[in-house]
Amino acid sequence: MSKFRKEGKKESPAINTSSLPDIVFMLLFFFMVATKMRDPSVLVRTGVPVVSETEKIVKKSWINHILVGPPIDVQKYGPTPKIQFDDKFGTIEGSNGVQAYITLKKNEKPEGIRDYLTTAIKADKTVKMGLIQDIKQELRKMNSLKLLYSASEGTVEE
Amino acid sequence: MGRKSRGIPEINAGSMADIAFLLLVFFLVTTTMDQQKGLRVQLPPYPDPNVPPPVVEQNDRNVLEVLVNSGDQLLVERQPLRIEALTEMTKKHIQNEGRDPNFADSSQAAIVSLKNDRGTSVERYVQVYNELIRAYNEARDEYSKKKYGRPYKDLIAKGEEQKAVKKKYPMKISEAEPVEY
Repeated sequence: MSKFRKEGKKESPAINTSSLPDIVFMLLFFFMVATKMRDPSVLVRTGVPVVSETEKIVKKSWINHILVGPPIDVQKYGPTPKIQFDDKFGTIEGSNGVQAYITLKKNEKPEGIRDYLTTAIKADKTVKMGLIQDIKQELRKMNSLKLLYSASEGTVEE
Repeated sequence: MGRKSRGIPEINAGSMADIAFLLLVFFLVTTTMDQQKGLRVQLPPYPDPNVPPPVVEQNDRNVLEVLVNSGDQLLVERQPLRIEALTEMTKKHIQNEGRDPNFADSSQAAIVSLKNDRGTSVERYVQVYNELIRAYNEARDEYSKKKYGRPYKDLIAKGEEQKAVKKKYPMKISEAEPVEY
């Protein structure tokens, strides 16, 4: 810089860009804090219904997700809706069932908050209630009664 | 260049912005603004098979029966109804206070019973549930405005006033036991 100035030419001064990294870092931190890593292996399609009276969940770590929907890879798994826990397919009952999954999740959490855990059923809008009902029955059997039907906020269009 | 430099050379920070941009773009692409939203529901406890279910005499007028069939059609009090009219109907039911003999005695006694078929789609079920919650929210809001001059959401959370409104309009939405057809 100083090298050019010595030549005595009067040019318009260069814009100081030294604060640019600060601005970019600020944005970077905002996005790092405000966003959540996308689950790398979503196996089912979940286009949730749009409704108006949604509630926002503050304690995100108190939520256990159950995903229900038709598999994304239809070629491999067929079009019938399936249940997904964490990153694998599950069933209603059995060792890979709803109760086993919720128990596993419960045991990961400290004892004091186990009663506050909510199960969020993120179901595709095309899924039939029969499947959801079976999940609900399993949850009731193990006395895990806090439930959330995942939905996105918006005005309902007919 | 190397020969002319004296002392510790300044670290060039010009590329810092590039690195930060790279990270920024990475986070922009890999993350989602995933907001946890939905309808919060409390399930009824599972009935003990050894204990017979208690017989509760429920006056028919206090129960608003909502049925959603496998064709996603609505049946309210045995009459077909469009979903747009459900909120109004529910509000009429819970705000009736004994005026109309077909609706609830009082807001405290009012119950909404929601039944669905196994073939009902999640979308319609959640929509119906949403309409019911909306009816309660609106009723609570109106009551709060009339009594305290403020909408329900402006009342102090878990304060006396909010409790009073909640007591006046308790959200009693009963999800019926699934029936095998």
